[in-house]
Amino acid sequence: MPRLPAPTFEIVRHTLDNGLRVVVAPDRSAPVVGVAVLYDVGFRSEPEGRTGFAHLFEHLMFQGSQNLEKLDHMRYVESSGGMFNGSTHFDYTDYFEALPSNALERGLFLEADRMRGPRITEENLANQLDVVKNEIRVNVMNSPYGGFPWIPLPALLFDTFANSHNGYGGFEDLESATTDDARDFFRRYYAPGNAVLTVAGDVDVDKTIALVEQHFGAIKRRRTPKRPDFSEPPLPGERRGTHRDAHAPVPAVAVGYRVPDPVNQLDDLLATLLLTEVLSDGDASRLQRRLVQRDELVTDVSAYVGEFGDPFDERDPTALTISARYPDAGALETILRATDEEIMRVADDGLERGELDRVRTRLVSVLVRSLDAVLSRGLEFAKYELLHGRAELVTELPQRLAAVTDDAVRKAAAELRPDRRAVLELVTGDAS
Amino acid sequence: MSAAPALTVPELTAPRTARALRSTEAQLDNGLTVLAVRKPGVPLVEVRLRLPFLVDKPAHPAQATLLAETMLTGVEGYGRAEFAAAVQGLGAELTVSVDADRLVLVGNVLATNLRKLLELMALVVGSASYQAGEVGIERNRLTERLTMARARPGVIANEALAARMWGDHPYGRDLARPEDVAAVTPAQLRSVHRALVRPGRAVLVLVGDITPARMIELAGTALADWAGTPARARVASPLEPPVGPWRIVDRPGSVQSTVRMARLAAPRSDPAYPALHLANLVFGGYFTSRWTQNLREDKGYTYGPHSRIEHHVLASALGLSVEVQSEVTAPAILETLYELGRIASLPVTDTEVASVKQYAIGTLALSTATQSGLASTLSGLSAFGLGLEWIAEFPRLLQAVSLDDVGKAAARYLSPNGFTSVIVGDAAAITDPLAALVPVEG
Repeated sequence: MPRLPAPTFEIVRHTLDNGLRVVVAPDRSAPVVGVAVLYDVGFRSEPEGRTGFAHLFEHLMFQGSQNLEKLDHMRYVESSGGMFNGSTHFDYTDYFEALPSNALERGLFLEADRMRGPRITEENLANQLDVVKNEIRVNVMNSPYGGFPWIPLPALLFDTFANSHNGYGGFEDLESATTDDARDFFRRYYAPGNAVLTVAGDVDVDKTIALVEQHFGAIKRRRTPKRPDFSEPPLPGERRGTHRDAHAPVPAVAVGYRVPDPVNQLDDLLATLLLTEVLSDGDASRLQRRLVQRDELVTDVSAYVGEFGDPFDERDPTALTISARYPDAGALETILRATDEEIMRVADDGLERGELDRVRTRLVSVLVRSLDAVLSRGLEFAKYELLHGRAELVTELPQRLAAVTDDAVRKAAAELRPDRRAVLELVTGDAS
Repeated sequence: MSAAPALTVPELTAPRTARALRSTEAQLDNGLTVLAVRKPGVPLVEVRLRLPFLVDKPAHPAQATLLAETMLTGVEGYGRAEFAAAVQGLGAELTVSVDADRLVLVGNVLATNLRKLLELMALVVGSASYQAGEVGIERNRLTERLTMARARPGVIANEALAARMWGDHPYGRDLARPEDVAAVTPAQLRSVHRALVRPGRAVLVLVGDITPARMIELAGTALADWAGTPARARVASPLEPPVGPWRIVDRPGSVQSTVRMARLAAPRSDPAYPALHLANLVFGGYFTSRWTQNLREDKGYTYGPHSRIEHHVLASALGLSVEVQSEVTAPAILETLYELGRIASLPVTDTEVASVKQYAIGTLALSTATQSGLASTLSGLSAFGLGLEWIAEFPRLLQAVSLDDVGKAAARYLSPNGFTSVIVGDAAAITDPLAALVPVEG
């Protein structure tokens, strides 16, 4: 077993009386700081008839707040020398800034002010509805392979509305959203007790906690929603579907599997994650060698856990996806057969000598690298704190990965049976 | 709800200065320049080996692109999968990226394994074999990938813009054509490799948690046998791009129009550059910019417009890019021309300039606060003979820019009539409304 580096960061935790969970991770090596707030609400909590609402609401959180006019948030961040953004995921929504460390208090104020309440007006809603529709046009409707497979695959792989609907939203649903919907959504999901705040970088811990108390402490405690159980049982049989893409020049396929609960069966998930690396990470991987280099069936192929490619981004359920693009539209069954053979070869014959170690070493290196920037470090800590209740889990992953055995990876491969998968074929051209 | 007293936004506290980084630059006996920077943080090293790759031959883009795709598919002692396994086992990643100016081997590795990664890189530059079988596989894949790329409206627009701006210059045909790729042979790849993959004008940047002296020593040992100096590229600077009418590229069924406008800009070495950098930010270079506020936050025409300055080795260009809903294409262009005209003709404000100065200085610090960000920035700067001292000096140059300087730069580089412009969209829907506003051609 090669020696794996374990990242070490000081992590200090604090909870405010209103329920806001705070994680501070000091690092004085450069005068920059990352501030992130994660709210425990994502696509999965959208009501039926309101697909895309969590994301539309994320946009409204930038349109001014109790003490700030529209555009003030962006102006204050950028004129301090910083950057900002937000993004909506299946299980959470994040808001964040990277700032020179002398803007820490300002960053905290800006986040506190929208936690007090965004300015929800008809005008802002209409404007951001147009912006969001243009975001969907540029990323999905006008783009070959746009949204593939993260939008259409869950619809085939999962059954409940929560897990299967389009998180970007249909235009009809988006257009029917009202300011009342937005106020309700804020009241229900944006309570301080439903959020995690992290501050990472060039800060003093005690002073930072005092500043957090000062700016967030007066925000009133509100009831936090109980998160429903979104889990789904294993697929009872194979599913097939098609997805039409008018702009795509060659077909594609996405094969989805339901995989272990990332929170309560983390070690099983890690074995599944290592399996995806064995299958598709780099030119030495099983599917690259078989499908790209030997059989020349596909142009590219990738296997990953998590709908967005981040295996730690979701609670149960989450998915393993194998996605490929291929020039010959008639080759799909051959590609699926070859893929199954490679998976079963892992399940039946196990791994090659050294295969698991090299894949694991690389994966740890990728994890460590994702912690270099203070902002991404802060976002990672916040995500693990929110979904797993433990920010430090991210620093323990190298050890947990080191403990995964060849047998565990074989077992993970044995779960990926043809009768447990959803096969979504992307068909090119206009519907005729 | 009772009215809460208005709260005020906290002031900035005193800024902390960044700790100076320890760095060493050395030239090895074989001519390779090595720049090593100690950057603590995570236990990794970022690696960028940059080779000048500018050649003025029509067949070059296809050859260079296929060379990049096949460079790691076989070296002395290692087949393709064996080499990839060796890299992976170091906790490393190694990829090859190429454009009209340069080829870069981009990598990162666990710090303890830097020596071994450099040894593998030495095998690549010294013995990449370009075997016929691997070249054949990658030739087909590259053709397929280029077809997929050209289905994207942004790629279509950038290609049309480059062709119109730079004409027959290598910058005008950077994206390889499938028919040229099909004609590339392994012998040609070996020949290009022999001519250009040489240490003589190459720059190796190493950034990570190891002392500079040690990194230079490791590089010197690993790469000692690599030899030779490529012939200096004899490529003329491109001519002033033609302005001309708006070129409309038809992409039926497009729900948005993809707009690209560009013109020559001052290079970093130009005394007017810091002012231009700021003028560009005020116009469209950050979220608070006038263009974004108008097109997105006021009108909702787009998800986001961006303007940026790109530095090729032989020319710098200021480029505007925006995707707008098809139905509002003409009004979006009207607002764009209005904002260009406004910044070119009327003074910018103190507040605007103060904001973009802080933004430019702060975001430069943020982008160079990571190992990978610093390595990429330094590798890019190296082509212009610039390095860490530029990263330290540029904020001072920005601070010294006056309101008047910004106004002058805007008048010179942002006037609406100086741009080469293309638009990709549903021609049947957008041509007539656009023709009412600007001269167009199909």
